[in-house]
Amino acid sequence: MSAAGGGGGTGPISPWAVVRYFTRPRRAEPPQRRGGVGNPFAWLIFILGVLYFFLPLLGTFLHSIRTRPDIFLAYRQVLDDPKFFLGLGYSFTVGVLTIVISLLIVVPTAYWVRLKVPRLRPIVEFVTLMPFVIPPVVLVFGLIRVYSSKPLVLTATDFGSDLLLVCAYVILSFPYMYRAVDTGLAAIDVRSLTEAAQSLGAGWPRILWGVIFPNLRTALLSGAFLTLAIVIGEYTIAVFLARTAAFGPYLSLLGRSQPYMPAAVSLISFGLTWLAMGAIAFLGRGAQTRVQVAGAR
Amino acid sequence: MSYLELTGVRKHFGPTVAVEDFNLAAERGEFVSFLGPSGCGKTTTLRMIAGFEVPTAGTIVLDGTDITRRPPNRRNVGMVFQSYALFPNMTVGDNVGFGLKVRKRPGDQIRKRVGELLELVHLGDKLDRYPYQLSGGQQQRVALARALAFEPQVLLLDEPLSALDAKIRVTLRHEIRAIQRQLGITTVYVTHDQEEALSLSDRVVVMSDGRIEQIGTPFEVYNFPSTGFVASFVGTLNVLPAVVVDPGAGRLNVVGQEFRISRAVSARTGSTISLALRPEMVSLGDGPAGSNVLRGTVADVTFLGSIVRIRITITEGVVVTVDEFNEPTLVLPELEQPIAISFPAEGPLVLESVPVIEPDDLIAEA
Repeated sequence: MSAAGGGGGTGPISPWAVVRYFTRPRRAEPPQRRGGVGNPFAWLIFILGVLYFFLPLLGTFLHSIRTRPDIFLAYRQVLDDPKFFLGLGYSFTVGVLTIVISLLIVVPTAYWVRLKVPRLRPIVEFVTLMPFVIPPVVLVFGLIRVYSSKPLVLTATDFGSDLLLVCAYVILSFPYMYRAVDTGLAAIDVRSLTEAAQSLGAGWPRILWGVIFPNLRTALLSGAFLTLAIVIGEYTIAVFLARTAAFGPYLSLLGRSQPYMPAAVSLISFGLTWLAMGAIAFLGRGAQTRVQVAGAR
Repeated sequence: MSYLELTGVRKHFGPTVAVEDFNLAAERGEFVSFLGPSGCGKTTTLRMIAGFEVPTAGTIVLDGTDITRRPPNRRNVGMVFQSYALFPNMTVGDNVGFGLKVRKRPGDQIRKRVGELLELVHLGDKLDRYPYQLSGGQQQRVALARALAFEPQVLLLDEPLSALDAKIRVTLRHEIRAIQRQLGITTVYVTHDQEEALSLSDRVVVMSDGRIEQIGTPFEVYNFPSTGFVASFVGTLNVLPAVVVDPGAGRLNVVGQEFRISRAVSARTGSTISLALRPEMVSLGDGPAGSNVLRGTVADVTFLGSIVRIRITITEGVVVTVDEFNEPTLVLPELEQPIAISFPAEGPLVLESVPVIEPDDLIAEA
């Protein structure tokens, strides 16, 4: 059952062994050796994968340091530009608000559907997939059309537009957030945990906050950071709602006027994304050591 | 009035009848088991007592209070689940203390009670462990301690041993019974394992197709099954077709071999009835004088550890299973060997629910 092969062998470590090491079950059973661990084809695929991901980064980096005589001028300019931090700060704030609202909508919904109306799950899944079907430009035009006239005029003020932006991002986050939460719920015995808490006297608020949320920690973090990544890079909706302070429009504007700064900004934002992913891994590691699906050992 | 009373309880899921006309009166401190095959309604009935299902009709009264429609978190009923359902994010101590924390008991009181309960289930040293750090048996002990910590009025156990291996099941079974006796808590236990039900319970409720087949002590249910279903579900059973020779004297004929049972038969002479015979009532050989004897050939010999199960073909389609205690001096019969089996007149039971074929019917069919 365990896939923790590749450890303790005498041959070279294959890329698959590395992948298996990082995706191994937490309570892994004794390691088993698997055939084809040192397969040259596996190495070829691994190297192609690495090239596919890292060559564009390398190209971007080489482009960003073509400034002479100071090869890091673009980075210096980015870090000296207050608009960079303003844009990042604005998008981060919008992202956090999006995550909070999305969690408040998605978690109780996914939980209730799993617990009480599982037959509605395909419908809810379909609804959450709508952002993949409806392009952002259609979504934002719809929002502008509805909320630029009475009875609810939101596009006339900054606050109203910010609110619309957050609401639009909440909708965009649904496919990622719902799937992350639903997968998390599938990994725990939701019904038994809920009934156990009920039989012990707990009401719904305590069950959700004390039992369900803590056991979905990793799933919630995954959904949250995916949402954050989408919000920080989003361009279309922010531009059409005239939210030019957002990071996406800032990056686009920069690309039109500066030759090297966009590459530097891209790499810096890439680094920030990796930091966020590292935070998921770190926090998730803490949760994994605690979380276990109910069942026999 | 009894401590826990279920009166006329019925549960329908759409057109499906899960439980029908369920009536039970359990006394304070009694250990009652619901026994039956999958889908017989035993878990649904337990879930109605717990409050997870609302009965379609009928009432559930606990200590004089009608709790039929009371939500589960306001019933003061402890429950142990087959899957343990321990909270993975909490330590053993936090799990056991959860119910007390919900009831806003003081911290020192919670710590004291948690300590007591963990000692009771022999896990005093596992206070700070997480559920995943425990074995299945230990997890179920924690689940038991958690369900008992807040001193519930009734303890419900839903197949708590099903996920455990055979040896731990037996150990834990004894522990559950000992703890139940020690605390004197009214307990309802759901199982499909007849051995568990018979060994643990004060009374057993045998269920089939949503209905109660029989309620009785383990002794009554095993030795005096009231229906054919109970006789066949509880324990292993040989069912023999027998033609009534003399109903008053209990004389019957099984495939041409005549014998006698200890009580009169209500069926008419010449009709065919079904007889039930426990394997342990049957011995190899002719037995002492006055025993009923049937002759056949050995079809199969199975070694089961403490017993050896021998299947003997009396005639085509009529096979009798015999259980012999295993002992070093036991001589096992050969396959196809002609053999005699014997049983006392008190051994066979007449199965009342199995349709009796009257001689007139046979004539009509002919």
